[in-house]
Amino acid sequence: MAEETPWQQALRYANRADPYPFYAELRKTPVARQPDGTYVVSTYREIVTLLHDPRVSSDVRKLPARAPAPAEPGAEPITEAVIELEPNIITCDPPEHDHDRRTMTRHFFGPPHAPHQISDLEPDIRRIVAGLLDGMRGKTRIDVVDEFAYPLPVTLICKVLGVPLEDEPRFHAWIETALDALDFGPEAASEEMRSRLAGARRSVKELAQFMSGLLGQYAERPGPGMLSAMVHDGGPDGRMSEGVLVSNAVLLLFAGHETTVNLIAHSVLTLLRHPEALEELRRRPDLIVPAVEELLRFESSVQFWHTRSAVEDIDIAGTTIPAGAPIFLVYGSGNRDPERFTDPDRLDLERPDNEHLGFSQGIHFCFGAPLARLEVQAAVGEFVRRVENPRLVVDPPPYRHNQIFRGPRHVLVDIDGIRD
Amino acid sequence: MTLSATLAELVRDFRANGRIVIVGASLAGLRGAEALREEGFTGSLTIIGDEPYEPYDRPPLSKQVLKGWVPADHTALPRFREVEAQWRLGVAAIGLDRATKQVRLADGEQVPYDRLLIATGTRARQWPDPAEAALEGVFSLRSRDDAARLQQALAARPSRVLVIGGGFIGSEVASVCRELDIPVTLTERGSAPLVGALGGVIGEIAAQMQRDHGVDLRCGVSVASLEGDAAGHVRRARLSDGTTVEADVVLAALGSIRNVEWLQGSGLAAGFWGVGCDAGGRAFDINGVVTDSVYVAGDVARAPHVLYEYQFLAMEHWDNAVFGAEVAAHNMVNLEPHYRPHLLLPGFWSGQFGVNIKSVGVPPFADEIVFTQGSVKDRCFAAAYGRRGRIVAAVTFDHGKWLEYYAHLIEESAAFPPPPPGWDRPDVMKPVPAEFPAPGVPTAIPDVVLTGHDPNERRAEFRPRGH
Amino acid sequence: MRIVVDLNRCQGYAQCVYLAHEVFKLNGTEALTYDPNPDDARRLQVERAAAACPVQAIMIDRLDGAGRGARS
Repeated sequence: MAEETPWQQALRYANRADPYPFYAELRKTPVARQPDGTYVVSTYREIVTLLHDPRVSSDVRKLPARAPAPAEPGAEPITEAVIELEPNIITCDPPEHDHDRRTMTRHFFGPPHAPHQISDLEPDIRRIVAGLLDGMRGKTRIDVVDEFAYPLPVTLICKVLGVPLEDEPRFHAWIETALDALDFGPEAASEEMRSRLAGARRSVKELAQFMSGLLGQYAERPGPGMLSAMVHDGGPDGRMSEGVLVSNAVLLLFAGHETTVNLIAHSVLTLLRHPEALEELRRRPDLIVPAVEELLRFESSVQFWHTRSAVEDIDIAGTTIPAGAPIFLVYGSGNRDPERFTDPDRLDLERPDNEHLGFSQGIHFCFGAPLARLEVQAAVGEFVRRVENPRLVVDPPPYRHNQIFRGPRHVLVDIDGIRD
Repeated sequence: MTLSATLAELVRDFRANGRIVIVGASLAGLRGAEALREEGFTGSLTIIGDEPYEPYDRPPLSKQVLKGWVPADHTALPRFREVEAQWRLGVAAIGLDRATKQVRLADGEQVPYDRLLIATGTRARQWPDPAEAALEGVFSLRSRDDAARLQQALAARPSRVLVIGGGFIGSEVASVCRELDIPVTLTERGSAPLVGALGGVIGEIAAQMQRDHGVDLRCGVSVASLEGDAAGHVRRARLSDGTTVEADVVLAALGSIRNVEWLQGSGLAAGFWGVGCDAGGRAFDINGVVTDSVYVAGDVARAPHVLYEYQFLAMEHWDNAVFGAEVAAHNMVNLEPHYRPHLLLPGFWSGQFGVNIKSVGVPPFADEIVFTQGSVKDRCFAAAYGRRGRIVAAVTFDHGKWLEYYAHLIEESAAFPPPPPGWDRPDVMKPVPAEFPAPGVPTAIPDVVLTGHDPNERRAEFRPRGH
Repeated sequence: MRIVVDLNRCQGYAQCVYLAHEVFKLNGTEALTYDPNPDDARRLQVERAAAACPVQAIMIDRLDGAGRGARS
């Protein structure tokens, strides 16, 4: 059997906690063809270039069915099987993308219509954070993921969208199942992953049905939140079709909290690994603003994206990506590229010129970034201020299976108490 | 001591004790001063500016200031470091003596220098008839004071504004007028607004955009005369087609004039297009010989550009002022081989009628244009400009996220037309003539101009042989 | 306080608009306008906006009003 490429090794579950040495290896070939024909792009400059290249499509429908060569049983097509919905804004191209995103922006944050909608959420965010930290009083050990990083974003996204919080256990289970089944690495062919896939398919379908039902209810009776607004008012671009509406509602619900959960968990984990940075942040609370940017760079919540492909031959970094080839842009590696970031493996809360790719760039720049920033600034800032003497119990902590939405499953921390 | 050691010692001494004078206290002057200190220059630094204000940013003047959102005096530029300079503000430089190395000021003072940075920029071209230009209600727009006066006039809700000239400033002012719901007529001598900068194909789109927003647009006509009432206030304009426009505010948006008059007699290559310099900012004299002690940056500089056949390029662009000043400052306090080139791909933006127009490269260098992405109808598109099968510029309307793709292609002199995108293709993707006005056809002068191969427009002084 | 936005760099991501909508505004969907000298009371908002800019196009005065010495 051929030796595994750095990319394949980076994807192995055993390396989930620290894929960075493999990324460093990967960057020696900025645009690296994989055995299954995928082109993996790992250097900052090349990633940014391709993010702005109109010869790159993000449309899942344009992805070729990746037939694995017999010698490469690991190269199974996985994504397409899981995602059976219509394309959402991350998985389609202009002009559909531009129309749909404009419509969604109109009802989400609203510039130029209502740019204050997001900052208006800040008191809510602070109240939820305070409640979660208050709830830890009297405990000596907490799980940062389950007790802190998860409840905040999920509560908030439900409010923003108008999804009943009572339904959280159901959609949480569907999303977990789907995420755990997604694998782009050598382990995808295992018996375990194949069986997960069947479950994931059911889960995605159930999630879509749930969303469809909710949208149907809002169609009959308008309610608060973005989903209802999207059903009733498409703005100048017109209303989205039923299928597109469901896909994007699923996207908003899922991406609207999963990535933030990972970012909060990773932020706490990273700060606990860097006591001097933690202390500095405790001394200078204003530092939370640049600190969150650095944490976005340091542990990107979306490590790479998998739906892009070349619509024609693209010459880049001495390689030609042939028309039709899938392209993975590895943000997690670009963010650690020493050609772009001085001393990239060092956490520098005041890093100047921090043009990180934590939210990507170009037309698919993270839709929820403004909300995520506020949540993480509040959550991490307050955690640092209020939690007394936090100590990591297990390092590295156990990770979730998913490679794209990379994050710890639990972060156990011993604490001495909660300040007021 | 070796020669190189002596030179190194000279540079060290100059950095510590030299005298640098910057003429021009706007964006280029300020950033040049900051860059000099950043480079470790600790000698004396004098900044001379004819306006009484500390450096301010001009782009907001024709937009948020005129609209009444931001006061004209709220445009002071942020400072990035201490410059510890002698500021001589409100007094113009009126002469340069390179033999004695002195700048002469309007108040009679002589300011000595070891090295000089010329960053005098441009001024607005005034309405040519002095009596008509003096009528109350006739404006030009370049300075903070200009903007404050025009803003006041707009706030008084004139019955109609006449904008003479459909370049970027004229079009932006017309846009602000419509946002304020003030009737506006715009006259343009060329076939369409922006035609000088972006060509007739894009100009036609800009024309339609203006009309859709209620601008009374008159192309192919000029203003023959302005008429005032008994009180000396402008009331109407007579156009070349025999019609008249009743207006109580008139903006002459006739482009700019480079501030080079003070250099007359200095022997520098200064003329209509500015001061000729090499790609490192060192000024040429009238014979095309590069000087050692005089540098140029910003709107008033013109330098050869590698991407454009090494023709002398003159750019009235914001980042040209910033980057050009930084390069000149670096080269003023360093020696070969540490000189840096001012290799900037020209770029500009203009917000008007709710659309963000951005461009890279030198559009007027092109002979053809092709739409590459998006929809012209929605005014949301990208287009590339080509010359002889190579891409030389690009323009976007509300498509700015794609612009750097075209910037890369221009930097590589990639083939024109560029390959079609994978999606969102325009209805027509065939290159067509870009329709720039022939030389000599009157219209607004574009903000980025190739001014030929000659470092100096004036005749060099040829020496007879054999002496 | 004083700021300037490099609008050549700006790609209209509008992150600043969400964070400091009194200082940064969109004219249409992409054209950014802003108040170059916003009130000092907005400093925190503006600093958040500058940190959030995906292309780092927002530049803030580093002298904080002191030591400019712009008048002779």
